[in-house]
Amino acid sequence: MSDNAAPLGQIHLKPSPMRDALARLRRDSEYIAIPLLALLISAAAFSLFLLAVGKSPLDFFELVHRGGFGSAFSIQNTLQRAAPLILTALAVAIPARIGLVIIGGEGALVIGGFTSAAIAIPMIDHAPPMLTLIIMALAGALTGGIWIGLAGLLRHARGVNETISSLLLTYIGIAVMNFFVEGALRDLTNPNKPSTKPLGDAYMVGKIPGTDVHWGFAAGILIAIFLHVLMTRTTFGFAARVTGGNPRAAMAQGLPVGKLIVICCALAGACAGLAGFFEVAAIQGRANASIAAGYGFTGILVSFLARHNPIAIIVVAIMFGGIVASGGLVQRRMDLPDATVLVLQGMTFVILLVSETLYGRFAFFRDDAGRDRT
Amino acid sequence: MSEFRLSRRQFVHGAGAMGASGLLAGASTPAMAAGVTLGIVYVGPRDDFGWNQAHAVAIKGLKAVAGVKAVEEENVPETDACSKSMESMVNLDGANIVLGTSFGYFTPFMVDLAKKYPKVEFRHAAPLWDGSKHPKNLGSYFGYLNQAHYVNGVAAGLSTKSNKLGFVAAKPISSVLSNINSFLLGARKVNPNAVVQVIFTGDWSLPVREAEATNALVDAGCDVITCHVDGPKVVIEIAEKRGVKSCGHNASQAPLAPKGFLTGAEYKWETIYKIYADLVAKGQALPNMLAGGYDTDMVMNTAFGAGASEEARKAATSAIADLKAKKPIYVGPLKDNKGKLVIDKAYDNYDPYLDQMDYLLEGVIGSIT
Amino acid sequence: MNDSLVTTVLIALLGGALRVSTPFMFVALGECLTEKSGRVNLGLEGTLVLGAVSAYATSYHSGSPWLGVLAAGCAGASLGAIHGFVCKLPRVNDIAIGIAMMLFGTGIAFFFGKAYIQPTAPRLESISLGDWTGNLKLATALQINPLLIVGVVTAFVLWWAFANTRWGLLVRMSGDSAPAARAMGVSVDLVRFLATVAGGFLAGVGGAFLSLYYPGSWNQGLSSGQGLMAVALVIFARWNPLRCVAAALLFGATGAIGPALQSVGVTQGYYFFNAAPYILTLLIMVASAGSQKAARDVPGELSITK
Repeated sequence: MSDNAAPLGQIHLKPSPMRDALARLRRDSEYIAIPLLALLISAAAFSLFLLAVGKSPLDFFELVHRGGFGSAFSIQNTLQRAAPLILTALAVAIPARIGLVIIGGEGALVIGGFTSAAIAIPMIDHAPPMLTLIIMALAGALTGGIWIGLAGLLRHARGVNETISSLLLTYIGIAVMNFFVEGALRDLTNPNKPSTKPLGDAYMVGKIPGTDVHWGFAAGILIAIFLHVLMTRTTFGFAARVTGGNPRAAMAQGLPVGKLIVICCALAGACAGLAGFFEVAAIQGRANASIAAGYGFTGILVSFLARHNPIAIIVVAIMFGGIVASGGLVQRRMDLPDATVLVLQGMTFVILLVSETLYGRFAFFRDDAGRDRT
Repeated sequence: MSEFRLSRRQFVHGAGAMGASGLLAGASTPAMAAGVTLGIVYVGPRDDFGWNQAHAVAIKGLKAVAGVKAVEEENVPETDACSKSMESMVNLDGANIVLGTSFGYFTPFMVDLAKKYPKVEFRHAAPLWDGSKHPKNLGSYFGYLNQAHYVNGVAAGLSTKSNKLGFVAAKPISSVLSNINSFLLGARKVNPNAVVQVIFTGDWSLPVREAEATNALVDAGCDVITCHVDGPKVVIEIAEKRGVKSCGHNASQAPLAPKGFLTGAEYKWETIYKIYADLVAKGQALPNMLAGGYDTDMVMNTAFGAGASEEARKAATSAIADLKAKKPIYVGPLKDNKGKLVIDKAYDNYDPYLDQMDYLLEGVIGSIT
Repeated sequence: MNDSLVTTVLIALLGGALRVSTPFMFVALGECLTEKSGRVNLGLEGTLVLGAVSAYATSYHSGSPWLGVLAAGCAGASLGAIHGFVCKLPRVNDIAIGIAMMLFGTGIAFFFGKAYIQPTAPRLESISLGDWTGNLKLATALQINPLLIVGVVTAFVLWWAFANTRWGLLVRMSGDSAPAARAMGVSVDLVRFLATVAGGFLAGVGGAFLSLYYPGSWNQGLSSGQGLMAVALVIFARWNPLRCVAAALLFGATGAIGPALQSVGVTQGYYFFNAAPYILTLLIMVASAGSQKAARDVPGELSITK
């Protein structure tokens, strides 16, 4: 137990596993402390807004808690709202890892949902439900994958910016769906809400047993975990991230950049297409204009807030779900317009995003805290 | 959004009669209304100068019944968000009557909720309830706006010089198609040479495209413009700017067109909500199906504007009287604009056959997709 | 007077180009300036909506629509200032901030705008350029708003300034290579901040056009993604202000195809005709991309193209 002779007046700590673990914990706690700080600041800022329009912040936060997380009903409401957001956020996160900004999740969702409903039409009442649902899901994922994959292909082959091409494809996808849903594939027994033929209760995706949340939520979590493992622990994921960091270096290394881009975009589209499948098979029971509910666009923000990390996406999606779930209660009890939720979201997310700049600024979280100060 | 579909004709008249007798029955006792919490869900903003506003304004009467607490939520899309909002109203606000004002709320959302919460009464603003398929604590209410559009047509038919009437429509669903067809039939009753040109914008609220459509119709020679979109403000204002006449929809747009306004098709949701209010105040059950048109005072036309000539006013007023006397609008034989015979005889205004409308009558220029 | 189908549609396209293009033009020019300096502002959709409501409200209270336009510009500039200020902090992602600001701007606009849906505010007047033609339809199509002229002039000013002034050079350098700009002693952050504020001002004015001229009304459905689309048009225009004008005109013209065709009796397939602007833009992008010149036009510092 003989240390080196320590110079007078200085503390010299002997390294130990326990201290290392604590140090790591302190470093990693930054990832929780800073977002928490950001949430507190945005709560304060929004409270100021509420006071300015003559409403009580205390009421508001009590309602957010009650409406989003305060009871079994509220929690399930939150989780159900989060379900499509996980998948549509993944549709942004995966291409982001390879350096692309894809904002076309909404279009892939609509096309995927529509295709899965269309393919079900000949199968309803003729094929077993499980098989039908599997085929529908595959169809939705496949067509969604093609839709975004196309954007990726255009980017690689022709240099067409994927942000604008995926946005254009979104509007085109919605037009395609509307055209068929109101025309050739329209269910004639439902003249006032143009939809495809209804699936019927037997053919719909059910709820997770014991809960009020449909399987789409579980699917989203599983897919997020799978993609996280794919992107962080496989060669494919590594190659994709290298390409994302520096495409020219990747090409110089001989990586198949084109294939990587298209595959990542196709995976993204498949996620969004699957979200569309769940909208059709778990919520609406048919394809119609209501499946274009903006989940694709919200997913963009979820992904950016989560810094494109699939696991963080789950957390952020749930947070979003909570805000939206409690938004209704806030509207009703405090007599505030629906736009209030938008203001809250905008404020919160700007502050959360700005808080990114605080990482590494606090000495407490830094590696050298507690060690030699020479 | 305003779309409806009838399932049982007898319910309409039966429920209408029951409703009316409810009105006549006795004074309301405030004490019985205590403990009634009303949950109302709107698909758009409450002040859209159109569909949602018509409901919001009319519901005030229901909210004012002593002892009734009301919670409202707006901008609720036709997805599971609607289920969750209504459930939240039931669970967290203790709502025992829930009103859903948009077509797409019914299937599957309100149907499933009605099954899940048998003690809560759910009512929906579209004629979808079918006693043989749907639970008893669910029901429908609506007004047949196409009757008011028929009256619009009568006024328009006598106000046009070019014989071309323009219609800006959102989506080709059966209630919109019925409004267009009734508008044509009303115009042709007084002016056999009138034609209606329709432009579909593709969605319920697209102000820029509605503006383009209005301009395109005026450029194509239409000198009376009307519409079926969620917020007719833009269409009426542009028609006025172009110097053509206009007919309104959903709410009164008369102030927007001081020179060219003829009349407008408006719902009189107050009638229905008042019937509900009286029943609620007496602690009685709400009818499952409550619907009607001019004969039950559930639709009306906006007061005539400056653009309506004496002749047009007289004809329109007499058309209203006809409708109150239940004279049919759709009298065959009538073909659709592709040549197929679609109306073979005279159909009662509430005949379920008319709710399946998926055609445009001959005399309407336009197509469904 | 030849009233053939083709003429009617062509006149409608002309009218659409002149009427519908202006908000796209202003937002695209504003974003062009911002992106040239190296920053992306996806929040201009919110700025557009906030500008629209500010213009309408100011016009209603003051009786002067032009004051409304100014107010809209200032509102847009404020949102731009927030965006610009926040994005210069290290590690803050401007794309994400833009989307969050879009929500914030839209929320504020809808929240305070509820009171202005019912009232009627004084609108901007139009200038009739076509009265000499004697053709009523053509005359109506040629009724333009002074803002359109302002927009086109602004585009020329920007284009000329980018190429010929020191200020334009600073903007371009901040956008192409921040290290080089800093080496010259330029505060890149300040340049980008100012460019974002100016971009916000322009986008706000675009919103004023929507609520005070065409369609000339305020309600919550006024813009359905126009701001977002205009930002995309900047990429399509390859960051050249003049091409931004052309892109906006193209977009406005093709937007009029759907209603115009239906009005002359071509009534089938209107969903696709309504989607014509997007289809056409995509086709043009595919056809014209892949060239060396396109790669040269991209500002090097832009996060969406790195």
